[in-house]
Amino acid sequence: MTTNAIEIHNLRKTFGRQTVIDGLSLTVERGEVFALLGPNGAGKTTTINVLTTLTSADSGTASVVGFNVRSQAVEVQRRISLTGQAAAVDDALTATENVVMFARLAGLGRGESHRRAAELIEQFGLTDAASRLVRAFSGGMRRRLDLALSFVVTPEVLFLDEPTTGLDTRSRRELWDLIRSLAASGTTVFLTTQYLEEADQLADRIAVLHNGRVAALGTAAELKARVGGDTVELHDENGELLREIPTDGTVSDLRRALDLLDEDGADGVVTLRRPSLDDVFLALTSPNAHAVKETA
Amino acid sequence: MTTAVPAPTAAAPPPLRRRLRGVTAESVFVERSLRHSLRDGESLLMAILLPVMLMLMFTWVFGGAIDSSGAYVDYVVPGIILTCAGFGASSTAVYVANDMRTGIIDRFRTMPLRAGAILTGHVVASLLRNLVATAIVIGVGVLVGFRPTGSLVEWVALAVLIALYILAITYLFAAIGLAAGSPEGANGYGFVLLFVPYLSSAFVPVASMPGWLQPIAAHQPVTPIVETIRGLLMGTPLNAEPWWAVGWCLVILVIAVAWGAWLFRRKAGRR
Ligand SMILES: Nc1ncnc2c1ncn2[C@@H]1O[C@H](COP(=O)(O)OP(=O)(O)OP(=O)(O)O)[C@@H](O)[C@H]1O
Ligand SMILES: [Mg+2]
Repeated sequence: MTTNAIEIHNLRKTFGRQTVIDGLSLTVERGEVFALLGPNGAGKTTTINVLTTLTSADSGTASVVGFNVRSQAVEVQRRISLTGQAAAVDDALTATENVVMFARLAGLGRGESHRRAAELIEQFGLTDAASRLVRAFSGGMRRRLDLALSFVVTPEVLFLDEPTTGLDTRSRRELWDLIRSLAASGTTVFLTTQYLEEADQLADRIAVLHNGRVAALGTAAELKARVGGDTVELHDENGELLREIPTDGTVSDLRRALDLLDEDGADGVVTLRRPSLDDVFLALTSPNAHAVKETA
Repeated sequence: MTTAVPAPTAAAPPPLRRRLRGVTAESVFVERSLRHSLRDGESLLMAILLPVMLMLMFTWVFGGAIDSSGAYVDYVVPGIILTCAGFGASSTAVYVANDMRTGIIDRFRTMPLRAGAILTGHVVASLLRNLVATAIVIGVGVLVGFRPTGSLVEWVALAVLIALYILAITYLFAAIGLAAGSPEGANGYGFVLLFVPYLSSAFVPVASMPGWLQPIAAHQPVTPIVETIRGLLMGTPLNAEPWWAVGWCLVILVIAVAWGAWLFRRKAGRR
């Protein structure tokens, strides 16, 4: 049986008069790393809350590994883990005690839970801090523990809500490595992020969430292609950007761009810039986003 | 940590969360709450030290002024036992409010657990905490001259009544913790409740109070409970007081549980 990891059809959720999710539809295949990308308030957390049974949607349907999140919540809960936006660890317990507690709540016996805790503590690089109170942990350690708690049993779908927000560059890269290796073991990962680089680095596919619906969907490369080809940039000796001329990436168009610079008698260093996800993001979520779709 | 992480399936943990048997979740949460209690040294110390100080103050400092014969000790100790029994319960409000504020409640909510198991953990831990504190306070009372005359049966009845009272007031504080927006708020609301025993027969006989206060003091829940404790330990007439005492405890318990369950559904149910 090949059920999808996540299926969302025409989901709608309002808080008071504010429509947060407005007809969202998505399918995530099993084993995929899927990123939901969007600015603050786009509805990322709300989407995760619906999928993890924390919130019920106003209309539309959502299922996780074939189970309806509303009518079969318990079956969903047995198969998922959530590492939410706020750290969900117990400050007054040690790292080991945290893992043991969640292992026992997942139905492992006492001995089994301690064994599992020892494994996870090592796997997530917390050995030195295993018996320290979480209260004294750094943000990075806290995040790692938070993630470890999601693996007391291997979830079929792992939900990560902005997993690296607030981490320094090094911790972020470490966490990316960790998430990659977790994904490599077959777990479907559904993550949200505001960082384009993160989506670019981790995700097989990316959905850009805007105004409660999917504004664009595809691989990082596909999304980049949507905002056109390379850009010819002219910088002065200080690296200050003087001109930028969009091209469609063909040789003739590139020549046209250079001729254009020649005509202007411009002087400086020419570089060719590939579109970044930033360009995609800004283009898709800016108020005149429709302009992009035409050029694409 | 930069080293590659071995695939988590290597150790082959069970792929699904198992259904929990019996009261597993509850016992895990009791263990958690007890750890919290033991590590929260300040609250624990307060829960024991303040009642002991209260005991010493009323027996030594005020005792002589109120009744120089020394019989005031025998009168006031039952009241102090009751005041103390509720004392440590107030921190339950703070613990509950704290759980609701941090993200941990959401993690629990994404798991197939009986709703409310986490509250049960806090309540049972509070019960144990307060029973220990009460025992210490009674011990100190005996040291300063309290001479109870109760039989074994009466002591057992006393333990049951005190446990019931602690349970009721703990549930009340748990509900307050759910209702309060923050742990700080919970602490403030909880504090107010601690004044209730002073408006009862706990410290001075109702007859010695101003006339307008007497009906309130005589008919508030704490008075029959104190009179029952006094009767059991000192042999004062019980009359119908035990029935009122148990009745009040049950009423408070039922209301608190219902209110708590309602708040819990609102705060920790599906939003
Ligand atoms: N419980 C709630 N009650 C009222 N409004 C809410 C509630 N939860 C979310 N919202 C509103 O819904 C919108 C989307 O919120 P959501 O948390 O899903 O955004 P997000 O994409 O996760 O943002 P962020 O990047 O800041 O985490 C916001 O405008 C928020 O104010
Ligand atoms: Mg969010």
